[in-house]
Amino acid sequence: MTVLSRSLRVAESEAIAYRRTWRGTVISSFINPILFLAAMGAGLGSLVDSGSGELAVPYLAFVATGLMAASGMQNGATDGSFPVMAGILWRKNFIGAISTPISPSDIIYGRFLWAMLRLTFVLVVFAVIAVLFGAMEIGPALLAVPPAVLTGLGFLTVITSWTVTQKDGLSLSTLFRFAIVPLFLFSGTFFPISQLPGFLQPVAYVTPLFHGVELVRKIALPGVDASVVTSIPMWIHFAYLLTMVAVGLYLSTRLLDKRLRP
Amino acid sequence: MTDTLVEARGLTKRFDDLTAVDGIDFDIHQGEAFGFLGPNGAGKTSTMKMITTVSPITEGKLTVFGLDPTTQGRSIRQRIGVVPQEDNLDLELTVSENLYIYGRYHDMSRAEINPRITELLEFAQLSDRRDSTVEPLSGGMKRRLTIARALINDPDLIILDEPTTGLDPQARHLLWDRLYRLKRDGATLIITTHYMDEAEQLCDRLVVMDQGKIVAEGSPRELIEQYAPREVLELRFDDEQRDDAVIKMDGVAARSEVLADRVLLYTDDADDTQRALHDRGVHPEQVLVRRSTLEDVFLRLTGRRLID
Repeated sequence: MTVLSRSLRVAESEAIAYRRTWRGTVISSFINPILFLAAMGAGLGSLVDSGSGELAVPYLAFVATGLMAASGMQNGATDGSFPVMAGILWRKNFIGAISTPISPSDIIYGRFLWAMLRLTFVLVVFAVIAVLFGAMEIGPALLAVPPAVLTGLGFLTVITSWTVTQKDGLSLSTLFRFAIVPLFLFSGTFFPISQLPGFLQPVAYVTPLFHGVELVRKIALPGVDASVVTSIPMWIHFAYLLTMVAVGLYLSTRLLDKRLRP
Repeated sequence: MTDTLVEARGLTKRFDDLTAVDGIDFDIHQGEAFGFLGPNGAGKTSTMKMITTVSPITEGKLTVFGLDPTTQGRSIRQRIGVVPQEDNLDLELTVSENLYIYGRYHDMSRAEINPRITELLEFAQLSDRRDSTVEPLSGGMKRRLTIARALINDPDLIILDEPTTGLDPQARHLLWDRLYRLKRDGATLIITTHYMDEAEQLCDRLVVMDQGKIVAEGSPRELIEQYAPREVLELRFDDEQRDDAVIKMDGVAARSEVLADRVLLYTDDADDTQRALHDRGVHPEQVLVRRSTLEDVFLRLTGRRLID
């Protein structure tokens, strides 16, 4: 078997498990987008748009694109944390798999492939919901999917490599409380980075979700001006996220091997 | 020798400053049930993990099917079935899904896996549970499913780490019966256990491990003959009488062990020894005569009991 076919077997096992557990992810994946779009986009948006009107696009389109990148982050971070710890400690499915021809790196690659599929599915649903809310046309909404998926994969891989070094599940909640939630709020999802105090803007530039949000907007809302996006070239966002994926994959395959085969 | 499946020489596993396996030698042959007997922490599981290639060896030589676990781990894992100490079944999935996933991991096609699942569930006496989730199954059923899962690839070598730990007696006997069937059909088994009755029931040959080392090797019968006289008198005393009795009994049997709750006398003829006790004026509260077991061998070799 090649690495690819072994990874596909792992992805298949994830899919079989998902068939039994998808109900648990409905709220975070599908209900939350609707609630956020309704509250932030339609509710808050009517206030924003009737205000000074500094944004070049309707607030609903602004926040929908930001939320797609953020949803990629949320789903990627979730996939990279609790199920990974479960595979090692609670469900122990990783422990079982490595007694077969599957190796720790196959687990990492297989979960990556599966996450790519699941993220695509979740974000296409998000895009359709955004279209139904009137945030975007279907074309731009679907264009927003690949960069949002890439954002998710960046978080998945980097967080996986961190999770496999953790002793137990306690630190995982800390990660969400002190990293994911602040990123969600201050990466340009809900308001342009230019609104942050000057000294905080460089901080935003180095955080990962910022690059995801910017990339989604630059692809899905082409031609928007500096009121919506920064002048940073697209390839930098792209390179940033790809580097996350590459470094994340490199570290997580090695660290998982160390963890599972002491 | 061509029929040697596993060969270890000076096999060593160290974790930082702890030596879990301390330079052991053994050969496991085709078609035998080979046991590793020892208390918790003796190094049995670490040895199993090296054989199943999920733990790199620190020192020494190990081959499985003549292959090197360090560089040919995947080829080894293709041909083994592993029943781990702790069940790691997917509780949310069904019985057949658990088997199916492992079949896929072993590069089997759907067409190959399905008849195999039917066959294995019959073997594991779980046919009527095929489509139920694993969660509500009893401990014995889960163990049998874990064994069925380990057999999905028709392995040349089956490794069972503490297969009946935590099961009630009835479930244990049912499991032993399944393992007998595997043996009868010519499977090669490696079994670790800290139950001496399990080792006596299942193993053709075994090594006794203690603190990372092999302290004895042979068939259960040979070990008992070599290290323990044929019969054991288990004596219980009143607390006041005990110390006095122990002094009076000195030399009455080939060997004695004074345990917290009883005194063991090892002898070739229990009747003789009982008469001798009577002559010396030793009157225990309770006397039990039994055959020597591997537990006695272990006690003899290490001065400690298998299960504390």
